[in-house]
Amino acid sequence: MKYVDEFRDKALAKKLAKQIAEEADQSRQYNLMEFCGGHTHAIFRYGVQDLMPNNVHFVHGPGCPVCVLPIPRIDNAIELAEQGAIVCTYGDMMRVPASGKNSLIKAKAAGSDIRMVYSTMDALKIARDNPEREVVFFAIGFETTTPPTAVAIKVAAAEGLKNFSVFCNHVLTPAAIQHILQSPEVRELGQVHIDGFYGPSHVSSIIGSAPYDYFAEEFQKPVVIAGFEPLDVMQSTLMLIRQINEGRFEVENEYTRVVTPEGNEKAQDLVSEVFELRRAFEWRGLGEVPYSALKIKEEFAEYDAERRFAVSESKGKDVKGCECPAILRGVKKPTDCKLFGTVCTPDNPMGSCMVSSEGSCAAYWSYGRFRLERAKEAAE
Amino acid sequence: MSRMEKRFPTKINMRRGKVDMTHGSGGRAMAQLIEELFARHFDNELLAQGNDQAMFDAPKGRMVMSVDGHVVSPLFFPGGDIGSLSVHGTINDVAMSGAVPLYLSAGFILEEGFPLEELEKIVVSMARAAKDAGVPVVTGDTKVVERGKGDGVFITTTGIGVVPDGIDISGANVRAGDAILISGHIGDHGVAIMSSRENLAFETEIVSDSAALHGLVADMVAAVPEIHALRDPTRGGLAATLNEIAYQAEVGMKLFEEKIPLRNEVDAACEFLGLDPLYVANEGKLVAFCPAERAERLLEVMRAHPLGADSAIIGEVLKDEMGFVTMETGFGGTRIVDWLAGEQLPRIC
Amino acid sequence: MCLALPAKIVEITEGDNAIVSLEGVKKEISLALVADAKVGDYVLVHVGYALNTISPEEAEKTLALMAEMEAAQ
Repeated sequence: MKYVDEFRDKALAKKLAKQIAEEADQSRQYNLMEFCGGHTHAIFRYGVQDLMPNNVHFVHGPGCPVCVLPIPRIDNAIELAEQGAIVCTYGDMMRVPASGKNSLIKAKAAGSDIRMVYSTMDALKIARDNPEREVVFFAIGFETTTPPTAVAIKVAAAEGLKNFSVFCNHVLTPAAIQHILQSPEVRELGQVHIDGFYGPSHVSSIIGSAPYDYFAEEFQKPVVIAGFEPLDVMQSTLMLIRQINEGRFEVENEYTRVVTPEGNEKAQDLVSEVFELRRAFEWRGLGEVPYSALKIKEEFAEYDAERRFAVSESKGKDVKGCECPAILRGVKKPTDCKLFGTVCTPDNPMGSCMVSSEGSCAAYWSYGRFRLERAKEAAE
Repeated sequence: MSRMEKRFPTKINMRRGKVDMTHGSGGRAMAQLIEELFARHFDNELLAQGNDQAMFDAPKGRMVMSVDGHVVSPLFFPGGDIGSLSVHGTINDVAMSGAVPLYLSAGFILEEGFPLEELEKIVVSMARAAKDAGVPVVTGDTKVVERGKGDGVFITTTGIGVVPDGIDISGANVRAGDAILISGHIGDHGVAIMSSRENLAFETEIVSDSAALHGLVADMVAAVPEIHALRDPTRGGLAATLNEIAYQAEVGMKLFEEKIPLRNEVDAACEFLGLDPLYVANEGKLVAFCPAERAERLLEVMRAHPLGADSAIIGEVLKDEMGFVTMETGFGGTRIVDWLAGEQLPRIC
Repeated sequence: MCLALPAKIVEITEGDNAIVSLEGVKKEISLALVADAKVGDYVLVHVGYALNTISPEEAEKTLALMAEMEAAQ
């Protein structure tokens, strides 16, 4: 596969590993936060950690829109289905635990018409094919996934579709990064020491590299926008290490084949045509984050499921003992959670970190370093 | 007027007819369906005995028996259908013990309203698969459920076979040091099924690998009787099978990603959907475990058979009570290959 | 996050759509988010939409950078 295989090349990996080992300063630790679930996935699936020197650590951040969606919003989506709408959702959301251990997949089994789709285009088709039913698209995702929703709403408006609406849960990346960096644990208590960031790959392809300049300056941490093939992660690690060693805190772009400073302006324009900022939005694990999410503009109100239907204000709570909030902020590791591997497993997930394929807990479990470690412990 | 004509004055309209409740009620309609559809196509001596059971002499030696329910959706997919799949699947389950499959039975649960034309296609396909494999369907049953209570057709097949003397094949026999082999490319079936699911519409030339493996097994077992275990990696894919055996035999395993045969197209389709090929179903492949010193010979024998042409040695069994299956990635790092949790769903994240 | 794949445009279809191919696996996607994409271009595909075109020159540069790591020192 072109533009994929070359960036998974073993020989180049060895070269980069050697280079990283040479340049990493043995007298210090490097804690590098990869914000984006795609990076978590790449690291675990390819075993990138094995190629790193011992003093380079990946800290997994809240880069998973599935993981950060608060329970009440999932409850709302289930409610809409129970009220009779056809709810279309991406596969990722199906098994995320909502209130009372319910989930979209369980609600589907109980009889609600919940359909998994690959694209907003599929949802539009379902709406056209079922004119007598209400069709709601459960929109989630960061800036990468938002433009497709914008397109869908515009298409619906242009066609005058009368039965299509969107339940909007799109969130913004820079706001989340900022929130983490400003959290007490990071800023004052120094509990989570982050030396640098891997900027998200595809979010950046839409918003460009410019929005990160602020972070680098304000928090004096280097940011390297990294592609999400394993070689991209390694190359970006090298770039971060160099910046840290040289005391620089700039925004660098490793993913130049896709990301430009200004990003995809056509996509950005479409998004600002259809959406506007919410004053605040609750993120699982981060609490209320100001100006971090989008809602549908007034002129497209008829396509806004929140205005079209009555959705309750449920106050969902995480399961007692679930450490997702801390894990999402990088404050704790999955192995620090009492529920991890005991009550909470991929078969029986308690929190979103375990369900989402890119949640830290799921990644740890599936590709699982911890088990090797635990096994080593047991052998000692 | 012949006996048959007196019994069933008009033939069933296979083109336009639909399954209805009378086809399962034990009366004339059911008898006619059996005669004009099932018996007509399955057509063998034992079935022709015409009883509710098939009678045959007990074969000598150790017998094996296996049963499978088939609920695949869609019913027809590139490279097969629920009919051929059920025949292959049960023959394979029997063959994975090293046994020579002898007979199959087939129970059908039909949904009221299911088009007879499609049922006929399925039965014809099953009959052909059975004939090609040399394993007849000797007895069967039909029931009908009300509309809405079935998915068109469910098929349950049972198979029996006999294990040749001197062969002892079981997951429990797997030992540290054994070589792990696979008979060909992984993931073909699962991808073929997904490509025919409406809401995932992508075009591909991938066809299901559904096939009866007893011929391949016979060759393998004859040349290398020291084979420790065989299993076909169906639902849950290669990963599930290896984890099952690791657990059963209380061993660990180490795989080499670069050695696992995977078609570019299947790889690409999995990438598109965010699936891991290790967890995607196969219906015409087997995994074999044998002592390390016999691996090359076994590989040779497998490759000589048309259904094993792309066989490869993909890993080795290790001493490890925790039963971890790990894999050295093509990238140079190591990852664990765990059990599948729930169902693998296509993802965007 | 944002599972996105580079795929080659093999055909432009009606509306704002195109057929892309990844190793022979074809899918119809929307070009509504990219300007000036043409047959032969590689685009990044996410949830059925092309997000951006991929720059072959930049891809080359990145790979070259990785490969020359030793030499550059």
